[in-house]
Amino acid sequence: MNTIAEPLGHDPAGLPSSSEIERGASLWRDAWHRLAKNKMAVVSAVILSLVILGSFLGPSVLKYSYETQDLRLGAAGPSAGHWLGTDTLGRDLLVRILYGGQVSIAVGLCATAVALTIGVLYGTVSGFLGGKVDALMMRIVDIIFALPFTVFVILLMVFFGRKFVLLFAAIGAVQWLTMARIVRGQVMSLRRQEFIEAAEALGLSKLRIIFRHMIPNALGPIIVYATLTVPSVMLLEAFLSFLGLGVQPPMSSWGVLIKEGADSMEEFPWLLIYPGLALAVTLFSLNFLGDGLRDALDPRAAKD
Amino acid sequence: MFGFVARRVLQMVPVLLVIATITFFMIRLAPGGPFDAEKNVSPEIRKNLEAYYGMNKPVYQQYFDYLGRLLQGDLGPSFKYSNWTVNELIGQSFPISAELAFWSLLVALSIGLPAGIIASLRPNTVSDYIPSSLALAGISVPNFVLGPLLVLVFALKLGTTPVSGWDGWLDRVLPSITLGALYAAYIARLTRGGMLEILSQDFIRTARAKGASPLRVILKHGMRGGLLPVVSYLGPAAAGLMTGSFAVETIFQIPGLGRYFVNAAFNRDYTMLLGAVLFYGALILVFNLIVDIVLIWMNPKLKFE
Repeated sequence: MNTIAEPLGHDPAGLPSSSEIERGASLWRDAWHRLAKNKMAVVSAVILSLVILGSFLGPSVLKYSYETQDLRLGAAGPSAGHWLGTDTLGRDLLVRILYGGQVSIAVGLCATAVALTIGVLYGTVSGFLGGKVDALMMRIVDIIFALPFTVFVILLMVFFGRKFVLLFAAIGAVQWLTMARIVRGQVMSLRRQEFIEAAEALGLSKLRIIFRHMIPNALGPIIVYATLTVPSVMLLEAFLSFLGLGVQPPMSSWGVLIKEGADSMEEFPWLLIYPGLALAVTLFSLNFLGDGLRDALDPRAAKD
Repeated sequence: MFGFVARRVLQMVPVLLVIATITFFMIRLAPGGPFDAEKNVSPEIRKNLEAYYGMNKPVYQQYFDYLGRLLQGDLGPSFKYSNWTVNELIGQSFPISAELAFWSLLVALSIGLPAGIIASLRPNTVSDYIPSSLALAGISVPNFVLGPLLVLVFALKLGTTPVSGWDGWLDRVLPSITLGALYAAYIARLTRGGMLEILSQDFIRTARAKGASPLRVILKHGMRGGLLPVVSYLGPAAAGLMTGSFAVETIFQIPGLGRYFVNAAFNRDYTMLLGAVLFYGALILVFNLIVDIVLIWMNPKLKFE
């Protein structure tokens, strides 16, 4: 059973040639064309930009602030004045979802980017070098896995105060671990393939093999897991806000809104449904865009 | 292989020691102590309590005392649940969490694997979008929403299952689905991604050209490489599942290990937290060892080094 995989953009030998830069550029252009042809991905990208634009620009257009209360109204269903209804304190839900979106999107994308960078680099290096280095690096991952997250968060708050940036640190510190293990598994199986052995035999530097051959060929699972990390980060933020690290009332986030909505879902279902919908729509678009990216960047599909 | 496993088991001792050390000092750095929440504790009683738990000794002395007992397998008495040792508390709640984990994983794998494989066979068609969308729906509904929702429909409206508790087999149904749904969704997405990667490779085309049945190509050749990401994901996931879920155990009133984890951190129940963390750490090490064995077994080119 021979598994031969040749990443496009360079011959299996990986010899640097004069045409490589051009071909590398055309790989990206190819990928871009393929992505533009994928309807699902394009629609997702449009929806995602609308959600982001709406969250960051929308609140300035609307007449309510996230803390404006109309206590006479209390929790009321959708109406002409409040399109998505109001919460128990009479605050406009649409505005609160848009403001919450700013927090959730910022945390979701930034913390995922941090986890992605650390996880991919760590996992690739560990799987590629193997042996004692791999054993040591993976035992470090095991140790961080085991450490009590709640205590870690409490300590962060004690030493650095309730700062918003700490959210990224706290979330980034745990989210890269599984990513590292997944990437390592992929790289371990790639390492023995012929095109890597060929690249090694030709004396390519380790860095070059990692960045030009290993990571592009492990990109599929990386993109999939990264798009899965975004929602889990957004929900983790709700837990951290509950602990006191993260957003403080009257500010809110999607995770916090969903948590509050879940407590009163029998009486005021819209308080759960609309924030949940916001999260779901974002997540769906992100995943279909991720699938499109994966297909577009697939080194093997590039031959067609 | 025997040497590989033996070496990894030997590595567990120093790793657990590091985990114990970091956790021990981490929790003592956090403000507050285990007896702060007790009301009307006179200074005398407090002194007695501290003497009983060895808290009047210098911290480094407490640390070495703890390690000494740990080496004999004794996790010490719980600070919060008087008259209970941590060994007893874990021994009592772990089987429950482990059983819930087993059913949840069964739910997750039996939904996630087929859904992911079906989605990967015809990418970007209806037979991909439907299972993929279901998986995403599973991820967008967090368990603190799904749990109460299932209770509302199946326990309160239809009356088919009990609301909460952990007695009969019917009690297992809702918690297992609540906990398993998220994992099913992750497994489905990872399976789809991994299978897509493999099914476009040359050896699959060769196998097809040689006339192997489509089912055999998928199950024998495809899954071997396609499930690598799922296997890597399952190690930490299984260890996490077995140590219980705070949310699900709270919703369904299940006396599992998960609530001890969170409560011990808040109550500053030093020994309980250390015990739970070490137990979780040991599970992580064991499951990641199993994952590494499976990864090598799935890839004929890798050897046990």
